[in-house]
Amino acid sequence: MPHDDPHDHSHAAVEADEPQGYYQHLAAATRSLLIEKGVFSAADMRAMIEQIDRRSPALGAKIVARAWTDEGFKARLLSRGKQAIKEEMEIDPVAADIVVVENTAAVHNVVVCTLCSCYPVFILGRPPDWYKSYAYRSRAVRDPRGVLREFGTEIDPAREVRVHDSTADMRYLVLPMQPAGTEGWLEERLAGIVTRDTMVGTAEVRPAE
Amino acid sequence: MTDPLFNPGDAVTVSARFPTGRRHIRTPFYIRGKTGEVERVCGAYKNPEDLAFGNYNAARVSLYRVRFDQRHVWDDYTGNPNDTIDIEIYEHWLEPAVTEDSSDAT
Amino acid sequence: MSDDIRQQHDMGGLDKGPVTPSAHEIEPWEKRVEAIMRLLSMRKDRFVTVDELRRGIEELPPELYDTIGYYERWIASLSNILVEKGVLDRAELDARVKALEAGA
Repeated sequence: MPHDDPHDHSHAAVEADEPQGYYQHLAAATRSLLIEKGVFSAADMRAMIEQIDRRSPALGAKIVARAWTDEGFKARLLSRGKQAIKEEMEIDPVAADIVVVENTAAVHNVVVCTLCSCYPVFILGRPPDWYKSYAYRSRAVRDPRGVLREFGTEIDPAREVRVHDSTADMRYLVLPMQPAGTEGWLEERLAGIVTRDTMVGTAEVRPAE
Repeated sequence: MTDPLFNPGDAVTVSARFPTGRRHIRTPFYIRGKTGEVERVCGAYKNPEDLAFGNYNAARVSLYRVRFDQRHVWDDYTGNPNDTIDIEIYEHWLEPAVTEDSSDAT
Repeated sequence: MSDDIRQQHDMGGLDKGPVTPSAHEIEPWEKRVEAIMRLLSMRKDRFVTVDELRRGIEELPPELYDTIGYYERWIASLSNILVEKGVLDRAELDARVKALEAGA
């Protein structure tokens, strides 16, 4: 078990407790037939589940904290995100091209995928339910400020809100603004105040009390 | 490699095409026919419209991030007039924008 | 342009209600569906690509798209595509589902 994953849970699933409707049976049938046909093994499945489980917002938070403390890294992250993450953060595999968008005093970025639920799983872990919800997918492009308000996030009317509809081959990471009062903090401490939602753009980073 | 037809800063109009039948389209419905500006060229990617039907040798198509003014996209947009939306659009869905910005006239 | 040519999944700009910023813990069967998809798409011979998965989801009947869950859409699409490609046989898949329903 990875020790650095705050969202870690036991894989010792009690299958009997799971829902047993048509789609759960369809999933079990598909899995067992593919294993019998030798397409992959049960061990492959376990390893893959563990690999995805290891991905969490903690990875994204480390990237953000590094960018806040290292101007050179930040510049490379903004211009060639995938390469910077792979080479300098040693996160592998980085499964897609990544566009990092920076929040500033003038611009607030927020990410949505209206067509499905494209999300940078390899640096943020699995997407939360709300990101996949039809409410978020339908409304975030047309009423972003209203949607952000539903997260308790009020963006100053003077700032530009820039929505990114992530529908094709790029994946997005929002680089939030470093909150005042955290200047001089070490990278690790900074990473501790960066939450998942701040890297999707539905929240802003608040300093820890 | 395919050379991109458009450059950052170019004004482009999204094709107002509405195909039916079996299809997989990455250009959202709401942005078709709208005019924006190329923010960056993302590179060239295999055409997902073909990949989606198992043609793994699909030709590569240039992909762009195009920035639109929200007030142009939505008639009833109520946020800051400077609010924008960036969308990835493949080259075969883009046309050079008509200069007299007729898209705003309707 | 009339909405009858807009596909069900293509929902940007519609109003599907308020966002509930909460999340349920992903269930083990959902993790397995996700892992099956990853394993298939990462193979060198690419049994099923994400593009195909998406297309298969988009081809679900609109009423079904609106009522079943996220990973339910995945497995519905994934199994259809595996049958379409001849990796799985529809009859053997149906029989396996029946057996599970009877035995579970």
